[in-house]
Amino acid sequence: MGSRPIAPRPLSPHLSIWKWKVHMLVSILHRATGTALAFGAVVLFLWWLIAAASGPEAYALFMLVATSWFGLLVGIGLTWVFFQHMATGIRHLVMDTGQAMDLATSKTFATMTMVASVLLTIGTWAYILVGKGY
Amino acid sequence: MGAGTSLGRVRGLGSAKDGVHHWWLQRVTAVGNLVLVLWFIGSLIRLPGLDYASVTLWLRQPVAAVPMLLTIVSVFWHFRLGVQVFIEDYVHGAGRVIAMLALNFYTLAGAAAAVFAVFKIALGAQ
Repeated sequence: MGSRPIAPRPLSPHLSIWKWKVHMLVSILHRATGTALAFGAVVLFLWWLIAAASGPEAYALFMLVATSWFGLLVGIGLTWVFFQHMATGIRHLVMDTGQAMDLATSKTFATMTMVASVLLTIGTWAYILVGKGY
Repeated sequence: MGAGTSLGRVRGLGSAKDGVHHWWLQRVTAVGNLVLVLWFIGSLIRLPGLDYASVTLWLRQPVAAVPMLLTIVSVFWHFRLGVQVFIEDYVHGAGRVIAMLALNFYTLAGAAAAVFAVFKIALGAQ
C-alpha cells in the first residue's frame, strides 16, 4: 500500500452526529400521535359509544371516569394529540402536492402545526370548561 | 426504476398489482377524517350536556347517526392503513404477520361494535 496523504477533508455524514430539527420532530410526532389515536382515543371512543348503547348505568360508569381529574387529563391530552395529528396531516397533504418544500417554508409550516395544535386544544377546552360552566 | 414496460410504469402497478392504492386511500380517508372528526368534536361540545339523555337523544337523529357511521368507517380505515405502515417499519419476521393479523382483528371488531352501537341507539327502543 502506498502512503496516502492525510488531509482534513469532509467525511460522509455520520449517523450518530445530528441534532433535532423541527421537521424531524413533527414527522415523528405525526407517527406517535397517530398510533396514540389508533389505540388510545379509539378504545375510549368505543367505550363511550358502547356504554351509550348499553344503558344509563354503563354510561354513568364511563362518565364517572371521564369527569375525574385523570379522565380530564387524558381528554385534554388526546385533544392535543388529535389536533397535532390533524395539523401535521394537513402538512403532509400540502407537501404531497409538491408545495412548501423549500427549507424556510417547510420549517415555518412544521412550527405552525405545533402552534395550531396547542391553540386549538386551549380553545376547545376553554369552550367546554368556561362556556359550559362546568 | 426501469423495471417493467412503459405501460406498467405509467399505470404505477408493480408486481403486487396494487400500485399507489394504499397511499391514495390513506389520503382519501385523511380528508374524510378532517371533515368528520371536526364535525364530531364540534357536535359533542355544542350538546347541552354529555349526559346519557343528551347523547342518546342526539344520536337518534339521522343527521347525527349517519355522519357518525361515516366517521367510524373513515377513522377505522385510516388507522388500519396507518398502523400497517408502522408495523411494516418496526416489526420484522413472523412477528409482522401476527401484528398484522392482530391489527385486522382489532380494526374489524372495533368498527363492527361501533356501527352496531350507533344502530342500537338510533333504531332501538326509547
